[in-house]
Parts: sequence; C-alpha cells; structure tokens
Amino acid sequence: MRNRFNGNLKWSDVTPKAQWMNRRSLLLGAGAAMVAGQAGAKITSVPSAYSTDAIPNTFEEITTYNNFYEFGTDKEDPARNSAAFQPDPWAVQIDGLVDKPGSYDLADILGGVTLEERIYRFRCVEAWSMVVPWVGFELATLLNRVGVQPSAKFVAFETVVRPEEMPGQRQPLLDWPYREGLRLDEAMHPLTILATGLYDEPMPKQNGAPIRLVVPWKYGFKSIKSIVRITLTDTMPITTWNTLNPREYGFYSNVNPKVDHPRWSQASERQVGGGIFAPRVDTLMFNGYEDQVAALYTGQDLTKDY
Amino acid sequence: MVQAINTTLRRVPPLAIYIAGVLPLAWLVWLLFSGALGVDPVKRIEHQLGEWALQLLVAGLAITPLRRFTGVNLIRYRRAIGLLAFFYVALHLGTWLVLDIQLRWAEIWADIVKRPYITVGFAGFVAMIPLAITSNNESVRRLGAKTWQNLHRLTYFAVLAGAVHYMWLVKAWPPEPIIYLILVIFLLATRLVPKKRA
Repeated sequence: MRNRFNGNLKWSDVTPKAQWMNRRSLLLGAGAAMVAGQAGAKITSVPSAYSTDAIPNTFEEITTYNNFYEFGTDKEDPARNSAAFQPDPWAVQIDGLVDKPGSYDLADILGGVTLEERIYRFRCVEAWSMVVPWVGFELATLLNRVGVQPSAKFVAFETVVRPEEMPGQRQPLLDWPYREGLRLDEAMHPLTILATGLYDEPMPKQNGAPIRLVVPWKYGFKSIKSIVRITLTDTMPITTWNTLNPREYGFYSNVNPKVDHPRWSQASERQVGGGIFAPRVDTLMFNGYEDQVAALYTGQDLTKDY
Repeated sequence: MVQAINTTLRRVPPLAIYIAGVLPLAWLVWLLFSGALGVDPVKRIEHQLGEWALQLLVAGLAITPLRRFTGVNLIRYRRAIGLLAFFYVALHLGTWLVLDIQLRWAEIWADIVKRPYITVGFAGFVAMIPLAITSNNESVRRLGAKTWQNLHRLTYFAVLAGAVHYMWLVKAWPPEPIIYLILVIFLLATRLVPKKRA
C-alpha cells in the first residue's frame, strides 16, 4: 500500500480476493483470519483438540528467549536485532513436485484457511522446553491446495536470506539459507502446522515472522522460521544442522529421551520460564506426542534414524 | 614505565584482589533479584560463572610470561587470582549440580563419564582441588618450593581443560571459545621459549 500514489503498482499490490473476502467475513463477525504482519492487528483463531492443557509460557518469555541465528547466537539477540526485518510484504515460493507451482503471496496462502490455536510443548535440542500457544493451520492444507504429485516423498523448506536486515547472516555462522525438511508423511500429519502468530499476535519477528513451521514432536531446530520456499522432492533434502554436524543432528531429530545428543543427555529437560527454580522433568518420547506420531516410524530403528 | 607500574603496585595489597574478585558475584546476585537475567537465569548464571572462572585462570596464566617478557611483576597477586578462579569454578559446578541438573545423580554420573565436555570440565575442577588446598605459605613450606611448584603445574592442565570444555559445548563456531582457546595455547607456549643463560 506504500506505493499507492506513485504509479508503479504491480499486480502483487492488488488486494487478493481472498483477503477482501476475509475482511467481509470479519465485518460479518465470522471470526475469520486476519493477515499477519499488520502492526497491532489481533488474530482470531479457533481452539484445537490437538492443544495440550499445559500452561503456556508468557508472551514475554516466548519472545525474548529464541534461537534464531539469523539475528545472532544469544537467546536475547533475535528480540534485540530484528527491528529492521520486514516480514511484510511476503511471498512463499512453492515448487518441485507440485501441480500448481508458483510464488504465493502470504495473504493468498492464508485466504480460505481457518486459523487454529495450537498450544504445543516445544522441546529444544539444548534440553530446555517451553509451552507455546501457536496460531496457525495444518501444513497439509497448503500442500493439498498446491497439489502434491505422487512421486514426491519429502518437503524441503528455506528461510529468507537478507543479510542487510538479519545481522547474523553477515557472519558465516551457518551456511545460509537455513534449510529444513520433513518426510512427506510427517509433513502431512495433522500436528504439523505453519504458524503465523502466537497468543493473538501476528508472529513476532524473533519467532519467525511472518510464517514458520512447527513440528511439536521434533527438536525445535526442525521448526524452520521465516519461510520463503517450500519444495516437494523425491530425495531426502539437505538440512542445515545435519550438514554442519551429521553425527549430532539427524534428519529426523525426533525428541527421544533414549537417544542422546553425542555431547549431552536428552533424558530430561528444564522447563524454562520458572525463574531460578525452573523444574527439570523427564523428557517424553516424541515430546509427549507418541500416541499421535509413533506409527509414522514403525519398523524404523530410531537409534539409527535419529 | 615498568618500574613505575611495579612501584605503584607495591601499594596495592593482594587483599584488594580478593575484594574486587567477589564484586562480580555480588553484581550477578543483584541482577538475579532485579530480574535482569531473563527467561533462563540458571543458564546465564552458570555460563557467567564459568566465563569468569576461565578469565581468572587465563589471568593467572599470564602473570609469569608478563613478568618474563615485560618485567611487570604481578606475582604477588597470583594466589588471589588462582583461589578466586577456584571459587568461581566451584560455584559454576554447584550451579550445574543444584539448579541445572537438579541433583539427578544418575544423569550427573552419566554426564561426567559419557559427555567429553563435562568430563574435561570436571577433570579441570578436580585438578584444581589440590592447588586450592595448597595455596598457602604453610603448604609451600611443608612441600618444599620445588615439589610445590611441580604440583602447581597442574594449573596448565586445568586452564586448558577449561578452555576445551567451553569450546566443546557450543553449537556452531561462535568466536569467544575460539579466542579463549587460542589465548590459553599462546600463554602455555610462552613457557616453551628457552631461557637465555645469564
């Protein structure tokens, strides 16, 4: 909308139909989704049966304690260094083995989806955990819309590369862009969501604005942030941490108290946010989502496929 | 210049080092109670104590080469620096045991045995125990200067263990642990420079 008076309007500046339809539905009080990224806009969402009844961490805790190396390696860096980051406008390139490849505007992606609140346990590979009330929708919804071809077996994701807005990317900390991937059945699982907000706020920059993956039974680094590309492929995709250290970070990286990180135990975790006496609790298989996801790995040796 | 520094230092008693050395701890406690340590104060405390311990160990290691190559003599403060380093290492370990791993002994022993960075860090701590115990004039007298000095060469191992412990625990390649490790290796290497015969 910033270009309204200068005559350089592109088709991408036209309000997508889904979005103005959404405005109507909002006016009608239908409680439909608002577009993330509009400053101060509250998001409405519907509750989900997939939510845990654990008490979520506070908004402040969730937004000041982040691993997002694009903005620096300290937990406070993403909140501190992300002011210049511009998550609006935003588009996601969807390509590979799909029927309708293309660059999809975020508003287009959000058009027609019902945003749900998903309160998930979040377990970091560093053995701390939080509970986060994400707002998002199932990745499967999007994949079904673009049409997954039968030969597709994996989904690859990429984070945006903007060193001018992301100071961490000016250093060779990781091989940018950050890359992640899922097997197709993992990607299609109803627990796997694309999140565009938390609490009733649009996704904060430090948490992966404007759209990020959340896979609650895997270590947090699998839940890639600020996604600009989704590729359907028939080969296991390259993933950032696995490339950096394949012995320590496997492709699957399911939360598993019995398979330790080579340098530290994964048997227990500290639930951060409780101050100095934050309790340490036993880590649960698949982060407590065993009933829902164990069947995905039937016949696999999880000590090998870690 | 060197003369002036050494003359000035003559007026600073080692007690000043002990006092200055506990100020950071007081500051950390103050930060904790003012809520400035953020979402995970335990990690902040643990890492901060560890880093101060490593800095003190490096400082202690720098004293001999500093005197040898520049003439600045801080040897009078070395015991204070060493004991403060031990004090911070012990607090660092205590924080891990009590606040971080919360006295889950099965996991603690598993970590010490199986996790190389914890094994190395713990070995460094153990090596410092006899050094802390013998950091007094009485022990120097009883052991004899030569034996005492040989024993205290364990410091080399402890400092190296501390730097490796740090290097080994981080993810990716942040600069700080690399800098400490290079500094420690450099300071240890200065010991290998042959002494000119007078």
